[in-house]
Amino acid sequence: MAGLLLSPTEKVFIVHGVQDDHRSDGRTNIDYRPMELETNVVSHATGSSRLRLANTDILVGVKTEIDVPTPEKPDLGKIEFYVDCSANAAPQFEGRGGEQLAIGIAKLMQAAYHSSDAFDLKQLCIFEGKQCWKIYVDILILECGGNLCDAVSMAVKAALFNTKLPSVKAALMDGGNIDLQLSDDPYDAKSLDIGTAPLLVTLCKIGDKCVVDPSAEEESCSVISVVVGVTGNPSSYSTEENVSDSAKESKFTTIEMVGSGSVAPKTLKDAMNQGMVAAKLLDKALGEALLRERQETQVKTKKHSYGFLR
Amino acid sequence: MSSDFNVKRPGLELLSSQGLRLDGRRPNELRRIQCKLGVFTQPDGSAYIEQGNTKVLAAVYGPHQAAKSKSLQDSVVINCQYSMATFSTGERKKRPRGGRKSEAISMQLTQAITTAIKKELYPRSQIDVYLEVLQADGGAYSASVNAATLALIDAGIPMKAYLCSCTASIAWKDGKPEPLVDVSHVEESAGGSVLTVSSLPSINSVAWVDMSQRLHADYLSVVMKRAMQGCRDIEVILDKAVREHLGESWTMSDDAVAI
Repeated sequence: MAGLLLSPTEKVFIVHGVQDDHRSDGRTNIDYRPMELETNVVSHATGSSRLRLANTDILVGVKTEIDVPTPEKPDLGKIEFYVDCSANAAPQFEGRGGEQLAIGIAKLMQAAYHSSDAFDLKQLCIFEGKQCWKIYVDILILECGGNLCDAVSMAVKAALFNTKLPSVKAALMDGGNIDLQLSDDPYDAKSLDIGTAPLLVTLCKIGDKCVVDPSAEEESCSVISVVVGVTGNPSSYSTEENVSDSAKESKFTTIEMVGSGSVAPKTLKDAMNQGMVAAKLLDKALGEALLRERQETQVKTKKHSYGFLR
Repeated sequence: MSSDFNVKRPGLELLSSQGLRLDGRRPNELRRIQCKLGVFTQPDGSAYIEQGNTKVLAAVYGPHQAAKSKSLQDSVVINCQYSMATFSTGERKKRPRGGRKSEAISMQLTQAITTAIKKELYPRSQIDVYLEVLQADGGAYSASVNAATLALIDAGIPMKAYLCSCTASIAWKDGKPEPLVDVSHVEESAGGSVLTVSSLPSINSVAWVDMSQRLHADYLSVVMKRAMQGCRDIEVILDKAVREHLGESWTMSDDAVAI
């Protein structure tokens, strides 16, 4: 991102490599780069995660507030995405420089989470028509090394997995107002049901083929990318077995094209199929990693958070 | 000064009868500092510091050619941006930067950092220093200065000395003033004034001082002294981190690392 300069020859090298299913870093077209994920890294947030996908670094903090539901949807809570492109990632982001990119990603996330098949807002309802939880998902982009959307969506799902809402102990009715009493006990809290939360997969069209997880160099060789949001499989995120078959089924929640180019309908269809396959695998891997980390924290083999010190 | 005058001052409850602070530290103890240089690959220099629960990331880009309007004939221009993550504070912040407070802190950082850099080496150039507070628990400015120092060192920019920053406040014990070093958020908000000092301890000079609220002039020198001692203590920690980092990345033999 930061001052990336590629010569025409380098670009040709990348394009030809993709054609032969052999990319410049040795991956095939359907491979992801290695990832590092840690949850519960920010103690001031209700839930947090940090994801590093090669050079892309994302920190997500989830904060909760009590709000009044909208009159049209009295039984639904609220979720809001806010993306901040830190100037640490690129000097162009200084001041309001990163705003356009930030708003684009926030819109994409909002669209992906909009469907009730993806994220059930009913679980955020406290008192129908009166009180609900509002979840602020604050995404901080600390380094850009390509494929921001996928990394953001995974970090968000991990942060939401890590979020625990305190239980409501009592509600006092005072005329039309409700006074809630929340539990002080950090263990008296319920996790969010995020099994179906969507992951975004970017398919970057290079030459005639599409690749997943493009690096910054590959992104600069492409004129168009297709971003698909695919719902997750809840059985990867819990040890319980009672998951309905309709929830297990992956569905598209959003499809967006990013870039100045265009694609043939057939390529688009292929790209979407490729995205669906990638999303399923990614979702499974993410669920496994999160469950493993949760187990490690419970049996205290993981003593402290590493954060950025590792 | 009569002791009943002191008793009415704020900050009385900051020290327990055993002389310990709210988080169990002694008055002259810093919070635990952990730091790392070179956390990111894309910036020219980067660093991360944790001072207790205050966590700051710093990135340095440059030196590079300065924008025409800013460019100076005989020295380098320092461009600083301080921003706080929306989830860094107890209450969610609406926006990470652009507010009056963060603009002011950006300017103060620029001033402190400019004093420490050998400016004359890079005429018509610019160095960008970006600071991102991930978690704020008091002394975010000080932690930012310390992080910026490490990031500048990681970027290989020549400096006159380590630039270290530390806060100090005052509490009362048995009617006597007892300065507190490295003030946490709870102590900050309990009232009383906070003195923030940025200094170059090894050449014994003060780069920048800020005082919130009022403090009797009689006590200024003791508080200042404690803050300066804090800066010296921090310098030792930063120096150790730098040496360890360089030892690591150059894969020197063990005896060469233990200088």
